[in-house]
Amino acid sequence: MIRFVPRARTPVWLSVAVSIGAGLAALALTAIPLALTGAPVFTAFALMAQGAAGNGFALAETLTRATPLIFTGLAAAVAFRAKLWNIGAEGQLYAGALATVALGAGLIEAPSYVLVPLVLIGAALAGAVLLLVPVLFKTRFGADEVVVTLLLNFIVLLFVQMMLEGPMKDEMALGWPQSAPVLDEATLPKLVSGWRLHGGLVLAILAAVALHVFITRTVWGFRIRAVGENARAARYAGLPVGKAMALVGLLSGGLAGLAGASEVAGLKGYLTADLSPGFGYAGIVVATLANLSPLGVIPAALFVAGVFVGADSMSRAIGVSNYLADLVVAFALLSVLVGGLLTRFRIVFVRRGTA
Amino acid sequence: MHPDASHPDPRRLVLSLKGITKRFGPLTANDAIDLDVRAGEIVALLGENGAGKTTLMSILFGHYIADEGSVSIADSEGRMAPLPGGSAQAALAAGIGMVHQHFALAENLTGFENIVLGTQSLWSLRPRGRGARGKIARLMDESGLTVDLDVPVARLSVGEQQRIEILKALYRDVRVLILDEPTAVLTPQEADSLAATVRSLAAKGLAVIFISHKLHEVLALCGRVVVLRGGAKVADRPTLGADRATLAELMVGRAIPARERPPSTPGAPVLSLRRVSVGAPSQRDRLESADLDVRAGEIVGIAGVSGNGQGALAALVAGLAAARAGEATIDGRRLAGADPAGRVAAHVGRIPEDRHRDGTIGSLSVAENFVLETIAAPENQRAGLIRRAAIRARAAAAIQAYDVRCPGPDAAIRALSGGNMQKVVLARVLEREPKLVLAHQPTRGLDIGATTDVHRRLIAARGRGAAVLLISEDLDELFALSDRIAVVHAGHLSPALDAVGLDVRTVGLMMAGHGAGEAA
Repeated sequence: MIRFVPRARTPVWLSVAVSIGAGLAALALTAIPLALTGAPVFTAFALMAQGAAGNGFALAETLTRATPLIFTGLAAAVAFRAKLWNIGAEGQLYAGALATVALGAGLIEAPSYVLVPLVLIGAALAGAVLLLVPVLFKTRFGADEVVVTLLLNFIVLLFVQMMLEGPMKDEMALGWPQSAPVLDEATLPKLVSGWRLHGGLVLAILAAVALHVFITRTVWGFRIRAVGENARAARYAGLPVGKAMALVGLLSGGLAGLAGASEVAGLKGYLTADLSPGFGYAGIVVATLANLSPLGVIPAALFVAGVFVGADSMSRAIGVSNYLADLVVAFALLSVLVGGLLTRFRIVFVRRGTA
Repeated sequence: MHPDASHPDPRRLVLSLKGITKRFGPLTANDAIDLDVRAGEIVALLGENGAGKTTLMSILFGHYIADEGSVSIADSEGRMAPLPGGSAQAALAAGIGMVHQHFALAENLTGFENIVLGTQSLWSLRPRGRGARGKIARLMDESGLTVDLDVPVARLSVGEQQRIEILKALYRDVRVLILDEPTAVLTPQEADSLAATVRSLAAKGLAVIFISHKLHEVLALCGRVVVLRGGAKVADRPTLGADRATLAELMVGRAIPARERPPSTPGAPVLSLRRVSVGAPSQRDRLESADLDVRAGEIVGIAGVSGNGQGALAALVAGLAAARAGEATIDGRRLAGADPAGRVAAHVGRIPEDRHRDGTIGSLSVAENFVLETIAAPENQRAGLIRRAAIRARAAAAIQAYDVRCPGPDAAIRALSGGNMQKVVLARVLEREPKLVLAHQPTRGLDIGATTDVHRRLIAARGRGAAVLLISEDLDELFALSDRIAVVHAGHLSPALDAVGLDVRTVGLMMAGHGAGEAA
């Protein structure tokens, strides 16, 4: 018989070990369908690893792909910690992207040390305000934020399409529905010339560190943790539950908005309606893999990005569908959920006695 | 009040536990325990928290499997047969029923539905009413356990929910009924009627295991008492000739110091209610036009069956609810509205009824829970940054001062036992030297040691000049601590009467809704 004994404290090494173990378990589980297709399993994984980090260019591509995932992962992590189920990071990302082109594509002309911060702040505010509305609906009227944020995604995307077909359409784009390009002064610098890697990555890592410090070391971070873990007790203790939730909404939406700014001002240069292949939703996976730890979001985002970039490359080489990446990520998610048992409980084996 | 020892032995054996041993790692929760129970016998199982009562009952009920030993139970012809371990179904089928201290009721179903739940096919669309209702009506008649069967259980009081639980067991034709702390939530009259019920059930041949820590009840009701301590059986004797002091010593393993309550002269009122109403008139737990003064240096006890308005009173004082009408003041200042933070600022120390739900945040550390109310105070933060070293140091000092048994200030508080958790809450509340202390069921679920500790702390707060409002369902506790006692029933609060010279029976009658004059 197996018994689960709750742990008083989970050691950090164990959380890390469980996360790494989950990643390995996911690859092992993916090997089964891969073998069934008749593909050479080890070659496929080797090609994936090579495609994700085999050379400087591959690594840069993975890092580029990880950048928005860090932002949306942080957005999900901070919200889920407070039990605010923000499923709307995708919409907040687009709101941030829209703000980026609205401010950075010619409306304001200023040197880059003014324009870049302005664009980032504008994007963060756009995402923050977009999430603040569902949060207020939740705290005031008890409206379910899952439904509201999820449906807002579609509203925002349709709004973006409307703007791209209408007022924000670039006249020079030969009829394609895309915005005018952001000015050079609003563009995030490239980190290595010739590669797509850009300053958004630095920003994302800084955001993760800042969020970690905020959550663990500040009074408001403490309040957010308290409200998230037991809102009743937090209210009884006189903590400002409503304000803490509003703050969480602003932070989460703002981080998702920054993902949009980073993609537009760092990578694409202009806004299209297919800017994000679901970075907002993938952020939920990243946050879960990271066990909602802001610092853990960085490796989790790298893992997910690496799997997708590597799978693309592997798929081109040996013709196995790159849907394999989705499979790896899904298995990783399941493995982490199972692994959560190990971090929360000690497992004790008990010999079955006679009674 | 006659012990049931008059006719035990000719009765046949119904339950026999032999050499039950259960280990959890290094801890031996049950150490070679033998226990025989005969038909018609009422056996008390006594022991502190952690003595092994729950483990033993869980083994009997199939939730745990014993490492060593065996359980046998009489079948319908009276032959003893071994009970397979690890199966709750087998235990139920063999006629073992248990009423847990924390009820196992589906709150959105009615009493009737709860009673028949699990006894009928899941495929029947409506519970077949007639036969079941007839049987329940007969059981209610015989046992005196009357309760409204057709309202959702969530709307019933704790006492009524317990009646549903007992009826649920009786409905399943139990041969051995285990009652876990059954009187903890009852008025003395209800407890008496429960005792009468249990006696009449036993007279019809039911074997009853009665788990309690109220020694006078054990002595009055049970024919035999079994005492567990540290996992081992330390006594198995008839109650005849035993007294409370000996039983308490057997349980704790040492003599219990008498509670000392030095005299105190009350000062000016700290909490003052004038015709205060709290909660909607349709609510069951509400307060109607209540008058009350709690003065500095006195403990005022509020007696009442839960759900009669003490919840509303506690919510008002704790800052969770606002007064609908009337004037409530603390320290001369009017209570504006629902404002828990304002109460903290006004030096009200609040000990909530449910420490898991309202008092602590399980995944936060002991130190973090210690500063939950005061995180924004200058000693805990500087420019918005938490002063972690200072908080840890003060938490460590509080752990020492309040004798909290825990791995340290960084341990998650959910890993602590109920008593130690309550000590953290006490430390948080009392370290700030509050002017008013709200103690809402401060010892519910605690063992004798922890209870004594809580009582000592409350008396010390009174000695320091704090006004203490003690809300409890435990009349022993109220009479032991209070200077004055008021009774709340159906939203109406009686005047607070001097505890000295007040009779437990009078309070009991008032709890059941009779006026003080009528009761006296």
